Amino acid sequence: MRKKLLEIKGLETTFFTDNGQIPAVDNIEFSVHEGEILGIVGESGSGKSVTSLSIMGLIPSPPGKITGGEILLDGKNLAKYTDKQMQKVRGKDIAMIFQEPMTSLNPLFTIGDQLKEAISIHNPKWSKKEALARAVEIMKLVGLPRAEELLKDYPHQLSGGMRQRVMIAMALVCDPQVLIADEPTTALDVTIQAQILQLMKDLNKRLNTAVLLITHDLGVVAETCERVIVMYAGQIVEEAPVQEIFSNPKHPYTQGLIQSVPDMRHKKDSLYSIPGTVPKPGSIKVGCRFAARCEYAMERCLQETPPLFEATEQHRSRCFLLEEQGVEQRVESVIKS
Amino acid sequence: MSKVLLKVEGLKKYFPIRKGVLNKQVGYVKAVDDVSFEVFEGETLGIVGESGCGKSTTGRLLMRLLEPTEGKVEFAGQQISELSKDEMRKARRDIQMIFQDPYASLNPRHSIGKILEEPLIVHGMGSAKERKQKVLELLEIVGLNEYHINRYPHQFSGGQRQRIGIARALMTNPRLIIADEPVSALDVSIQSQVLNLLQELQKDLKLTYIFISHDLGVVRHISNRVGVMYLGKLVELTASEDLYAEPLHPYTQALLASVPVPDPTFEREQIIISGDIPSASNPPSGCAFHPRCPFKKEQCSQVVPKMQEVKPGHYVACHLYEATQH
Repeated sequence: MRKKLLEIKGLETTFFTDNGQIPAVDNIEFSVHEGEILGIVGESGSGKSVTSLSIMGLIPSPPGKITGGEILLDGKNLAKYTDKQMQKVRGKDIAMIFQEPMTSLNPLFTIGDQLKEAISIHNPKWSKKEALARAVEIMKLVGLPRAEELLKDYPHQLSGGMRQRVMIAMALVCDPQVLIADEPTTALDVTIQAQILQLMKDLNKRLNTAVLLITHDLGVVAETCERVIVMYAGQIVEEAPVQEIFSNPKHPYTQGLIQSVPDMRHKKDSLYSIPGTVPKPGSIKVGCRFAARCEYAMERCLQETPPLFEATEQHRSRCFLLEEQGVEQRVESVIKS
Repeated sequence: MSKVLLKVEGLKKYFPIRKGVLNKQVGYVKAVDDVSFEVFEGETLGIVGESGCGKSTTGRLLMRLLEPTEGKVEFAGQQISELSKDEMRKARRDIQMIFQDPYASLNPRHSIGKILEEPLIVHGMGSAKERKQKVLELLEIVGLNEYHINRYPHQFSGGQRQRIGIARALMTNPRLIIADEPVSALDVSIQSQVLNLLQELQKDLKLTYIFISHDLGVVRHISNRVGVMYLGKLVELTASEDLYAEPLHPYTQALLASVPVPDPTFEREQIIISGDIPSASNPPSGCAFHPRCPFKKEQCSQVVPKMQEVKPGHYVACHLYEATQH
């Protein structure tokens, strides 16, 4: 088994709004191993982006706050770090790329300025020349042609795919251990998406950077990830290696989700659809959060909250159906701060 | 084969590019450039392509929400492109549109009842009582409830709003519906609900669809025939099974190979085409795809390939297949 790089234990992130407390992420537990690509899938409102922002310490506060749990990187708890301490971690140990490359780049500075800024913040002793050399090196690594000239360009002069390559270059410039990619290809066209996903897979192999890939697209997951976490309404409902998730999904939500996607290779007469809609965060206090939409819902699903059951060492699912099949409950650690 | 409902010939839309103090015209963006196709009664024609390929502009031109620069559109024997404004408004009773963003396409100040009744008022259809009856009927058809009638758009989820958009399009009993990315803004589980609804409605009400989307999986699921667009041009058009089983145009091949398949055991030959989509204001000469094409010949950069039928019902615009013509 590979070393655990990043460990999330009992993470809880709550938003304090005028309409009350909204638990966007509720007792999340998972770890990212060295050199792997871990996918988090979920629909809007499932808490996947809040999870990644919590790890980066980027939850807007107020209204948001990490109200419990630990984020362990090399044994250090990032949840307890101050803003200043987090600045040293961000970009250097954990880096992030976002969905919309245009809004994440500063339109007033050249690509080169922005890359060199990232380098000099984390390596203050480097000379300008060294920083420039590193910038050129990283631009070539992400497959950008004419690296030297591109450094003088402004973001608006590049296409969407090139901007996303620049974002990846910027994220990798300080050799982070973990790269969090939040919907990195959602804004791109399919042919460009294929290029960027291929690049991320190559870089993951070559640099051994662990990648946490957040997406709503099951196709992207199947193609890039080794392990998958499925989130629903702020909770992890299933976690398994990628083959397992697609061949033997245990949670009714995962099953429904996989069947809902039209497959390009063969035509189905009618698509499976999960009835109803995703509940508002915090609206379901007792019972399984998926129960109202679940075709297998039993009496107890509405009264008790299902824990995560461990079907195999690597396969967890939050559903009472597994208990009926004689699967043992997983011991969860609850850490309150 | 069934009757031709809509016939499009040589449709063009050039947007002028103006620059400088005097607003001098310096060029064109060829958003839609010489597109021709037919839509048969009762079928779903899918139009796919990446951003900027002109698929949405084509949809708008058919309804004359945009005025075409050139070309003919014939709907049920009537020349749409020659109608006056008033006549066109009447013709829109038969052609309705469903838009992508259910948040932006519903008036936030109007109740659902009012939104749905509006098309009937515009077209002077029915008495007040009949109109109310029709609104209730359609709410039920699209899976909403009677008590929703006095609510406002913000009180609905994205999926429900798209149902309202569909109901509004159906109010005037149209024959043709142009759906422009109707499920792109929706989550997967909601997307499948809306797709199933569209298919049921088509069966029950004998509708004809033009389904515009960038999602090849969705298009395959819902369409009988599919047209692929690239930089303002239709490059391939054929039955949906044919297109996915045996794509002929190199762009279609690359496009299909780029789509991630939700199955980790699936191994396929990936054709990753390099480069970006060129700008439509300055498209490459000859075949617009030639700078990215792995099979390009000398002729490709000089001569624009013509759309031709290489197999029964299978049209492609590519020089690779020209020899088979003769």
